Amino acid sequence: MKKKRKSALLEFTAKGIYCAQAKVYLDPWRGVDKAIISHGHADHARWGSKHYITQEHNVPILQARLGDLHYEGKAYGDPFTINGVKFSFHPAGHVPGSSQIRVEYKGEVWVFTGDYKVQEDGISTPFEPVRCHTFITECTFGLPVFQWAPPASVHEQINSWWAKNSATKTTSLLMGYSLGKAQRLLKHLDPSIGKIFTHGATEKMTQVLRQYIDFPATELITRETTKKDIEGHLVLAPPAVMGSSWAKKLGQHATGYASGWMAFRGARRRRAVDKAFVLSDHADWQGLLSAIKATGCENVITTHGYTELFAQYLNEQGWNARTEKTQYEAETLEAEVVES
Amino acid sequence: MKRFAQLISVLDSTNKTNKKVAALTAYFQTAPKEDALWAVALLSHRRPSRPVTTTQMREWAAEVTALPPWLFEESYHIVGDLAETIALLIPQSTSEDPPSLAECIAEIIALKQQPEAAKKAYILKQWQQLNTIERFVFNKILTGGFRIGVSQKLMTRALSKAVAIEENLLAHRLMGAWDPQKTTFDALIITPKPEDQLSQPYPFFLAHALDEGFFEQEDPTAWSIEHKWDGMRAQLIVRKDQLFLWSRGEELITDKFPELQVLAKALPNGTVLDGELLVYKDHQIGTFNDLQKRIGRKTVSAKLQAEQPVILMAYDILEYNGEDVRAQTQNARRALLETLFQKYQQPALPLRLSPVLFFDRWEAVAAEREQAEVKRSEGLMLKNVKAPYGVGRKKGNWWKWKSDPKTIDAVLTYAMRGHGRRTNLYTDYTFALWEEDQLVTFAKAYSGLTDAEIKQVDRFVKQNTLERFGPVRQVKPELVFEIAFEGLAPSTRHKSGVAVRFPRILRWRHDKKISAANSLADLKKLLP
Repeated sequence: MKKKRKSALLEFTAKGIYCAQAKVYLDPWRGVDKAIISHGHADHARWGSKHYITQEHNVPILQARLGDLHYEGKAYGDPFTINGVKFSFHPAGHVPGSSQIRVEYKGEVWVFTGDYKVQEDGISTPFEPVRCHTFITECTFGLPVFQWAPPASVHEQINSWWAKNSATKTTSLLMGYSLGKAQRLLKHLDPSIGKIFTHGATEKMTQVLRQYIDFPATELITRETTKKDIEGHLVLAPPAVMGSSWAKKLGQHATGYASGWMAFRGARRRRAVDKAFVLSDHADWQGLLSAIKATGCENVITTHGYTELFAQYLNEQGWNARTEKTQYEAETLEAEVVES
Repeated sequence: MKRFAQLISVLDSTNKTNKKVAALTAYFQTAPKEDALWAVALLSHRRPSRPVTTTQMREWAAEVTALPPWLFEESYHIVGDLAETIALLIPQSTSEDPPSLAECIAEIIALKQQPEAAKKAYILKQWQQLNTIERFVFNKILTGGFRIGVSQKLMTRALSKAVAIEENLLAHRLMGAWDPQKTTFDALIITPKPEDQLSQPYPFFLAHALDEGFFEQEDPTAWSIEHKWDGMRAQLIVRKDQLFLWSRGEELITDKFPELQVLAKALPNGTVLDGELLVYKDHQIGTFNDLQKRIGRKTVSAKLQAEQPVILMAYDILEYNGEDVRAQTQNARRALLETLFQKYQQPALPLRLSPVLFFDRWEAVAAEREQAEVKRSEGLMLKNVKAPYGVGRKKGNWWKWKSDPKTIDAVLTYAMRGHGRRTNLYTDYTFALWEEDQLVTFAKAYSGLTDAEIKQVDRFVKQNTLERFGPVRQVKPELVFEIAFEGLAPSTRHKSGVAVRFPRILRWRHDKKISAANSLADLKKLLP
């Protein structure tokens, strides 16, 4: 007699990670009927689905980014059931409103991490390990060369860089992604050094997050802002402004950039900023390993990053690990190296 | 070490020349002189001889990080630099005050004589006590190859500011084969003794490839035209009856060319000539390939000397009657050079004068350039008649206008991950040509594609891998590229039987299928 092959709880399909039993997708990269979203970054939260379910703090972020669509917000740890499958969101510590997605059916538990970090950043709900059988993990920085310093020491470097620039009346242009990185930087800036100005894209996302996070005051740069107004102060902006006409209008300024890739000398030199800060919203090598251990899982599926190397290492360490292709590729070294 | 590592980190983190010069100047002003001397040495590519192999360093690093060796190697391939990989992988676990730069280098030098166990113990100790940037610098001193975007010229400019000695004079003092172990900062830089400078060469002046729009803006009569000889650039010095020959890489190569010794007597003391070493036999200039048979040899047999005799094709004079004449104009120096030749040249001497040509139309210059292959040159040199002999690669007065390269259409067969800023992209390619129905490797090429094209090829490589060999992937033969190169010669060391010089990618031939790529026979037809 032929045994009917049981399909996996989560499958990797052309549209995204799919739960056939519940007929929902996790972070799909094509439009679907029902999408469960881990966090607000563009490669995970895409436009075109009919119904979005996400953590409640991520709803205003999605609204700001994708427009007025059908959203449903859930609190962390608050389970909901779709066709017998139990789902819940758990803090991923990546950016505000970011979640790991726990999926349980008939006693089998899978966790999809989206993106995560184990260090606390002062603005996101800290990462919480979730027990599971199968752990689908990102591994953007899944190489042993990535070892993050304590964030406090990086923020100290940033403030002393700003203070030094300020002393010579040089404006500090500090760059980082608009959602998450910029606010994390902002949260730890020392307003006693000077005023904090923002680029429009940074300000927009910061305003959204001000609904539930306390930040130092910011002032949006407009057409009326003069070089004199910002001299010696700090400007927060997305990385794309580097070398743009917008940046030229800032007058004499020093550039700073915060990213995990700045650990690489090659990437630092290519970026050619005056000061590179190694600060990432992803887990480093030890962070990934400790997160995996804490789940007590047997199976690991590595998705974006150094997937093959990381899976090979995990297999040698006794896990049952494999890789799956996804389209979550926003923060790769390739994007860092070749950018149009 | 702390101070020097700090300097490197500042130099590394800015691409603004002014900031680099300021950081270097401040370093030279504040560092102890022993450290400053070593900094000058390291930044001009002089380093202590390597006490350990990179293989040993890799093994020890894999061991101390407790990583499986394959993961260490993969990390290395992705980072692209061994010194940096080790710096990133090993956490600082102790923190004693590191030794000064000079002390550290003295320890490295002493290490060479030690047994392997002592070497390992020393290096592991340093790895664990230095912080990340210090560890990187330490590894770079061990392995060499400090590429931090600081040219010798930039370093000299900063040093000049720090010690208040004119830049050209300093550049001259820093030339040649000085050894930081045998001199001091003062003896080398501040108050050198004349007898120590007997063999001292002048900095070479280097040409740039012609800028676009040059011909529209310039009058041909203001330019002295010469053939660009396809040999080895050299500076010949005759002082106190002694002869010294320097390569452009500031290597003393006197002993490699014993036939030039006769010039020590034939030329007056206080003569310095700039020119090109060429094989010259039966009144005919040899090929670069002929010269190459001489370049690699430390000792030269009489037989080889007879087969491939070398001359200096002189085209400039830097010292005349013991006087530095570099500040004089091109035409004035040329007149001095011709006077010297009239007085001292004899047909039997291994010395020739590179002819100067003048034209009143650029079309005529272009026609002369077409003669390059016949005249055994690789194109033309254009020198501003009013210009002094400069230092280094200063733009505007010397231009090279090389012959058009030879080209061939070849198939991409292997790709390797790049280094530095191209880490993690497949940027280094191997190309093959047809021999019957086989593709035979003929060249590797790295440059010539735009960043966007590199990204496309990278994607192709990742999606069309047939087999992996560490960082190298064999790819499905599908893409055709036009490869340009300067010259070619028969070779027994290459599978294809042909060695090509300076191969590079000219363009991606999207229009060609692999069946339309050239054959090895086509390449061999280009052999001289």
